[in-house]
Amino acid sequence: MIKIRIDGKYYEVKPKKNLLETCLSLGLDIPHFCFHPAMGSVGACRLCAVKKFKDQDDNKGRMVMSCMEPVTEGLIVSIEDPEAKAFRAAIIESLMTNHPHDCPVCDEGGECHLQDMTVMTGHNYRRFDFRKRTYKNQDLGPFIRHEMNRCIQCYRCIRFYRDYAGGKDLNVFGSHNHVYFGRHEDGTLENEFSGNLVEVCPTGVFTDKSLSKHFTRKWDLSNAPSVCVHCSVGCNTIACERYGSLRRIMSRYNGSVNGYFICDRGRFGYEFVNDEKRIRNIKIRFKKDGDLEEADNKKLLSVLETAFSKNKKIIGIGSPRASIESNYALLNLVGEEKFYHGISKKEQHLTKTVLNFLQNSGVQTPSLRQIEKADAVIVLGEDLTNTAPMIALALRQAARNKSNEEAEVKGIQLWNDAPVRELAQNSKSPVYIATPLKDSLDEIAEETFRASFSDISNLGYAVASLLNDAATVSQKPDIDQRKLAEKIADTLKKAETPLIISGITNGDEETLLSGMKIAAALASLDIKVMFCAVLPECNSMGLAFIPGKSLDDAVSMAADEAIDTLIILENDLYRRATKESVDQLFGKSRQIIVLDHLVNQTTLNADILLPAATFAESEGTLLNNEGRAQRYYKALINNDQVMESWRRIGEFIKIRNGDQSIPWNRFDDIISSLADELTAFAKIKEYMPDADFRMLNTKLPRQTMRYSGRTAMYAHMSVSESRVSQDPDSPLAFSMEGCQEIPPSALVPFYWSPGWNSVQAMFRYLDEPNGSMKGGDPGIRLIEPGKKHDDSYFHINHEPFKIKKGECLIVPVYQIYGSGEMSSASFTISQRIKEPFLYINQTDADVLNIYDGEEILLEARGNTLRIKAKIEMTIMQGIAGLSVNLPGMQYVDLPCPGKYKKQ
Amino acid sequence: MEKPLTKNITPGSSPLNLKEYLQAGGYSGTTKALKEMSPAEVTSLVKASNLLGRGGAGFPTGVKWSLVPMDEASLRPKYLICNADEMEPGTFKDRYLLEGNPHQLIAGMIISAYAIQAREAYIFLRWAYKKAETALRKAIGEAYDAGYLGKDILGSGFDLDVYVHSSAGRYICGEETALLNSLEGKRAVPRTKPPFPAVSGLYGRPTVVNNVETLSWISHIIENGAEWFKGLSLTGTGGTKLYGVSGRVKNPGIWELPLGITMRELLEEYAGGMADGYSFRGALPGGASTDFLIQKHLDVKLDFSTVAAAGSRMGTGTMIILDDKTCPVSFIHNIEKFFALESCGWCTPCREGLPWVEKMLASLEEGTGKMEYLEILKFHTKYMGPGNTFCAHAPGAAEPLQSGLNYFYDDFVRHIDEKKCPWR
Repeated sequence: MIKIRIDGKYYEVKPKKNLLETCLSLGLDIPHFCFHPAMGSVGACRLCAVKKFKDQDDNKGRMVMSCMEPVTEGLIVSIEDPEAKAFRAAIIESLMTNHPHDCPVCDEGGECHLQDMTVMTGHNYRRFDFRKRTYKNQDLGPFIRHEMNRCIQCYRCIRFYRDYAGGKDLNVFGSHNHVYFGRHEDGTLENEFSGNLVEVCPTGVFTDKSLSKHFTRKWDLSNAPSVCVHCSVGCNTIACERYGSLRRIMSRYNGSVNGYFICDRGRFGYEFVNDEKRIRNIKIRFKKDGDLEEADNKKLLSVLETAFSKNKKIIGIGSPRASIESNYALLNLVGEEKFYHGISKKEQHLTKTVLNFLQNSGVQTPSLRQIEKADAVIVLGEDLTNTAPMIALALRQAARNKSNEEAEVKGIQLWNDAPVRELAQNSKSPVYIATPLKDSLDEIAEETFRASFSDISNLGYAVASLLNDAATVSQKPDIDQRKLAEKIADTLKKAETPLIISGITNGDEETLLSGMKIAAALASLDIKVMFCAVLPECNSMGLAFIPGKSLDDAVSMAADEAIDTLIILENDLYRRATKESVDQLFGKSRQIIVLDHLVNQTTLNADILLPAATFAESEGTLLNNEGRAQRYYKALINNDQVMESWRRIGEFIKIRNGDQSIPWNRFDDIISSLADELTAFAKIKEYMPDADFRMLNTKLPRQTMRYSGRTAMYAHMSVSESRVSQDPDSPLAFSMEGCQEIPPSALVPFYWSPGWNSVQAMFRYLDEPNGSMKGGDPGIRLIEPGKKHDDSYFHINHEPFKIKKGECLIVPVYQIYGSGEMSSASFTISQRIKEPFLYINQTDADVLNIYDGEEILLEARGNTLRIKAKIEMTIMQGIAGLSVNLPGMQYVDLPCPGKYKKQ
Repeated sequence: MEKPLTKNITPGSSPLNLKEYLQAGGYSGTTKALKEMSPAEVTSLVKASNLLGRGGAGFPTGVKWSLVPMDEASLRPKYLICNADEMEPGTFKDRYLLEGNPHQLIAGMIISAYAIQAREAYIFLRWAYKKAETALRKAIGEAYDAGYLGKDILGSGFDLDVYVHSSAGRYICGEETALLNSLEGKRAVPRTKPPFPAVSGLYGRPTVVNNVETLSWISHIIENGAEWFKGLSLTGTGGTKLYGVSGRVKNPGIWELPLGITMRELLEEYAGGMADGYSFRGALPGGASTDFLIQKHLDVKLDFSTVAAAGSRMGTGTMIILDDKTCPVSFIHNIEKFFALESCGWCTPCREGLPWVEKMLASLEEGTGKMEYLEILKFHTKYMGPGNTFCAHAPGAAEPLQSGLNYFYDDFVRHIDEKKCPWR
């Protein structure tokens, strides 16, 4: 720690930081624009000026930019110096010379960093009386709106887009006061993290197009801390509501997980909550082969009494996208023997393999933040950009660790962004990527290995056996593979924090096992290796903690003996198994109860269809792929028949037991029950705040102090001010009244601090910029590596895929926009979904005379599909890539052997 | 009077070819340095001579070289760059040297590269200097053929490659770190210092950037020594200077004169005094980004420290004269318009301040100016001061404005009172 003096007061501060971030973490306000904790300082905007004094006797001092000033022992500065204050106000004046008077019509108003800084510096009088320079806007696609006149040229957008996220198609053009931030021509921004521009931009140049369709001012939004439900990374979000509809998703800071950012699928994939395809009413099929008809609670009760009467065989099928509580409720209702996971046997087996490994191998699974710190990485088989985009973003930062090291050796501090990048040039930490298809991550790779899964796993096994002889190899690698394996093994062995990334989305067990072997081998050398496995859904890991059989088992069980009542929780089974097997299962079920959000093929088969609350309308806990338990909270209450699934199933239990009371009144009740019965979840109860938590004896408001319309909103229904919606399930209130101080990190519904209305207020909730939330990051890890190193991982082997002559290997190709069930149902995302396709190799296509874009026939797993062929330059001969789950596609168990031909 | 830099240049003629240059004694300094001196000795000698950079900043060249790490472990390769991006308005001295005696520059560059142990050198040349480009390329070709460039120069074991890079044409590339970015193919925006180019320069490697006139001195200093160099000036600073005068004088041009002659001498003896019908009102002594010197300064010695003491900057030593028939507001407006358009757009005070300044000056010229504008203009001269901006572009632009408001305030007021430019 070093001692510095700011405006006459002494502070003990951390070294190797710049003055701006130090002051912000001390709670001192210094206006700034271009500095961003995730991107460092560049010193462009000049707003953060403070006075620096040589010594105690220096009265004059000189102006320095606090973002570019390293803290040193004995530093003397003044923020309140009149010249510095006047200068900062003058910077705002300069920026205001061309800034349009858009506030009333600008989406950013009310959460605008420029507004905040204008007020903070005190500039309030226009002296400039000439014409302003104006720009033409561009159409940047369905996600982002472009309004260049508002730009204050802080350069944050391109620094984020290009330097941080690796995007190519956004840039700065021109010079002097004509600099223009945009694309070289109109077009959709390609990078998967473009949505963060709306938070990174301090003005309204880049705004959320989905929000503008149902625009609401920040101060009018009712918010809740939430968790993204579109992949297994579990980024933290904020869900914002007004008038009973979800308006937008913002990023919520979690220093261990997603940091400041989220991916576009998470940001724009929320509209399914408001969609007209939402199931909002109880529907019952009173007559066999009749239609589903709307019903009230009374009718439902009588039907359910029949469904749950004694001696009925009741089967429950859970879901990897439903919360732990909902799955547990169903388990509790039907009993362990009759609870099924609702995923294929293969998926269940792979998930359990991952969980076992993480619990017993002694290898740690990393948080996203730890991934950023890895100094050598190998990715086996996972197309991260599409299956776990934020992991791809974390890898981009990890690749810079080597250059950061080199800069530090030369005495350049890491916050000093431009010199760090300039000195190290293209120096990268080694990242090896072994996947069947190209990926935008390739550009950070030391080397890429394009091959089939069996060759990828062979490579993995070869690496493992080079690290530890005990690791057996299923097949001897060829010369090139051997050379690459040696290179990789050598690199991983020398690393301090190597990282192995694999996953189960590709469906290939070999690839997963080979990754585990490498990790186990490194662990046996006492190296601090990390193993990260990408899972398919937001609660795949949570479901793995809960006992239950697979969907395949349910189908074969039903084949033997019919089911009386089949309950399906938030799961479209037609996405998990072939149509034949699901039809068979439904055929053998006398009464089918489905709880879900959106109409899908499964709900069409329901006899009792019950509207299930989404993540925005419920409390729930999810386990991400790291095994971190994180909770989402209600952002909105529906006045219709939508109910949380765990509560609904509680009612089933009451009906089945013939009790007067439901087992769980409040959310905390089911948490207690869950923690008692499934001890693996005990920590959830310990670490997560319960509903009785209060600050200053009041609940925590979901709404800002300036929330408006509370009394007028429902005046058309009742002119008296109605009672505020009650929330017995969490310490949050549907009100602006309550404790306005900074809540515990897991309960942050919005960012605000005096003088900071924009999202930049986030810094007040952190212990230091880009650090952890005050009081610790939200979420609690439930998986810690076992102490003992289990040698069994060296001996596991599985049969690699055998492809016959004339066949090809069909591998899954995930699409960030399209492969996810809920996000694809969101209008904004749906505009970027491609048509289903099959990637084929150019040579293979030529042999069959297939041209790019031609509709061809694909035979796979006994089915014939019509699919569009696309020539893909990087796919190997003998391999074809089939898009996964794009609208209109049926379930195919991939990877598999297949054959394609012209129609 | 000795004129080492220009004695062999005949204005209007072709540049000296290799044969002519050798006949004039050329490349003897290079030979001496490479064969008889160590790199450290070369740097010592240049340091001892106190040669100040001729690009405008006047930083001691030997000191700049000594900041380059010379240990084996430091980031190799290292680079020497000749800043031939002469774009300061009113400055045309480097052009004279490039078009007249390119071998003189090359000889100096070889020695300088040797001193810092750089194996690659670039000449970053102003795009418009087509004649100079042709001359340089020809001279470089001749040098390669004769073994002065390439591998194992003169059997010394020292290799050097020299490349000519024609710029894309922006003024800010004259700023050494913006030059580095431009040379790398990036946007021509300056870099933050520290780290200095000697530590992290071109492609993050140790780099020295020197002006054409500075590098042209090196072989002469090696040949004749530090004391000789110091003795050439009138003030002890060392060396001669290429002085230039443009404006309504009888004889505008360039002259190589001992450092430290007075402004009066330069104007009256060499530039021939004001043209008939015009009288002297002021001068920008070192190009557009320097403060005015007026009548009372005519006896100021034109040396770095003495001009600074008079409230201005020597800069490039090429003078722009303001005569009494030219409106000072229009004069300054023209300059500020240039600076506003040449701003790179990186930092706020320069990017937004200069266009506002330009608009106010334009308005004054049109006769629509207000008294408030004079306050705002004055404010901007402090606002765009050194340290407040990212580089020296805006502070340089502020200099003629600041001194113009100071010395010609009444003329500004007349524009407002008379609602027109009194000179039109």
